[in-house]
Amino acid sequence: MSSADIYRELILDYYRNPRNFGKLENVDISSRDTNPLCGDEIEIQVRVGEDQKIEEVKFTGKGCAISQASASMLTELAKGKPLEWVKELVKEDVFEMLGNPDLGPSRVKCALLGMKVLKTGVYGYLGAHYEDQDASTPP
Amino acid sequence: MLESKAIDVERLRADFPILSRKVRGKRLVYLDNAATTQRPQVVIDSLVRFYSNYNSNVHRSVHTLGEEATAAYEGSRKKTAAFVGARPQDLVFVRGTTEATNLVSFAWGDKNMKKGDVIVVTTMEHHSNIVPWQMLAKRSGAILKYVGLNPDGTLDLGSFEALLREAPRLVAFTHCSNVLGTINDAAKLCAMAKEAGATTLVDGAQAVPHMPVDVGAIDSDFYAFSGHKMLGPTGIGALVARRGLLEEMDPFQTGGEMIREVFDDHSTWNDIPYKFEAGTVNIADGIALGAAVDYLESIGMERVRAHEVSLLDYAMNELTAIRGIRLYGPMDTRLRAGVISFNYADVHPHDLATILDEEGVAIRSGHHCAQPLMRWLDVPAASRASFYVYNSHDDVDALKLAIEKAGRIFKV
Repeated sequence: MSSADIYRELILDYYRNPRNFGKLENVDISSRDTNPLCGDEIEIQVRVGEDQKIEEVKFTGKGCAISQASASMLTELAKGKPLEWVKELVKEDVFEMLGNPDLGPSRVKCALLGMKVLKTGVYGYLGAHYEDQDASTPP
Repeated sequence: MLESKAIDVERLRADFPILSRKVRGKRLVYLDNAATTQRPQVVIDSLVRFYSNYNSNVHRSVHTLGEEATAAYEGSRKKTAAFVGARPQDLVFVRGTTEATNLVSFAWGDKNMKKGDVIVVTTMEHHSNIVPWQMLAKRSGAILKYVGLNPDGTLDLGSFEALLREAPRLVAFTHCSNVLGTINDAAKLCAMAKEAGATTLVDGAQAVPHMPVDVGAIDSDFYAFSGHKMLGPTGIGALVARRGLLEEMDPFQTGGEMIREVFDDHSTWNDIPYKFEAGTVNIADGIALGAAVDYLESIGMERVRAHEVSLLDYAMNELTAIRGIRLYGPMDTRLRAGVISFNYADVHPHDLATILDEEGVAIRSGHHCAQPLMRWLDVPAASRASFYVYNSHDDVDALKLAIEKAGRIFKV
């Protein structure tokens, strides 16, 4: 797969016009992480509804097109979903959401940073600990 | 005649086996030399010859293999020292520049740094010339201060002079910035620091590979560099100290090799430089560094520098012609080594590097282990192309074409 396929219209659109970008008030979950290799940075905030559903979710961050588009698309998917949905989220879901680009080992971590941040926050809210397997990078 | 002195790049490229490989079906255009360089066949052969012919421990073995290994290892120390104008006994083999700054931080710093002392570094340092001093400041209670930069990425001498008035105990600075390419006048800065009573350390990781360096003329107290950035193997580098300084210092790591006598409750130290080379040393890579030095000597460092200036002139001209490119660092190539850091429109450096890789073009993207400098530049990341002896104008053309392709994909 070529870079023209990775950087499809969709990814570039979310990079330049990120949906759900910004900060929330009265947040229940706030989670932030960086990708030390790239300097990508993502913070996700969630307001949890009475039925343990994601009532509102926003993100801020800076970094490459893949990391920012991926986080933005993830917030769109997550809105209205139960917290349990986040726990069941796997990296393949993120790849599918991005259109299954062949990112290669050095860029996969950019794509998965948003999921890592969301999962870390939701696990913490539920009193659990998220052991990341995918997005960790050497410094 | 200038022409006859120029490097014959095509002939020289044949010495580097890796340059004939393909990346994603394209010719490899290797422009990440500030991170690490490639090795010529003579360096690879040197490693193979050691392991297949005279592999042995050094210094203490009386047998033939041991004597051959010792002669080769110490011969390499002599060559490497002579290459930068130093005496062999003042050159400690280390893993690289990072180990050199850590060695000085502990072996010199812990003995000399006191609470309230000032350590001066610059805003253009690599993390390897920042973090060891942060740690020393923590251990000793010293204060770390940063020299500012001029808008063109050169050192702000006014800021430097102001900090020297605080009588710093140590002044540590880079000879050449790995991001901006800025070449500092190391001799002048060392003289000014010495006048202020400071001990000096110069990070020569980006200078020794790319230009003639004479540590005697620079008159630094410590000068450090890495072998893998000058065609040598990874895991070997050098710390060069002013005559007499190593004797005054305590050891860094302790154990075998570095001792003279060991008693139950105390030990005495070996002569310099062995006092600082604890344990079995990196024999193979140390010897192969000598082969890299020989190779560079055979080209001549003046010619290496001239070649890079020619590439710089051409590349800066070509790249500035691309709409949306912002170059960082001094535009005067006399003040700049063969490093070009840049950003391109709103294309993140990692996205750019991914697209360039598809064209076989290897550049670096990110913060380049210089986060304080990135904050000064006010960018989260940058792309960096860095040159060496085997790069050609064709490589610059390939870089430009690949950036233009990224521009089309990102609709810049």
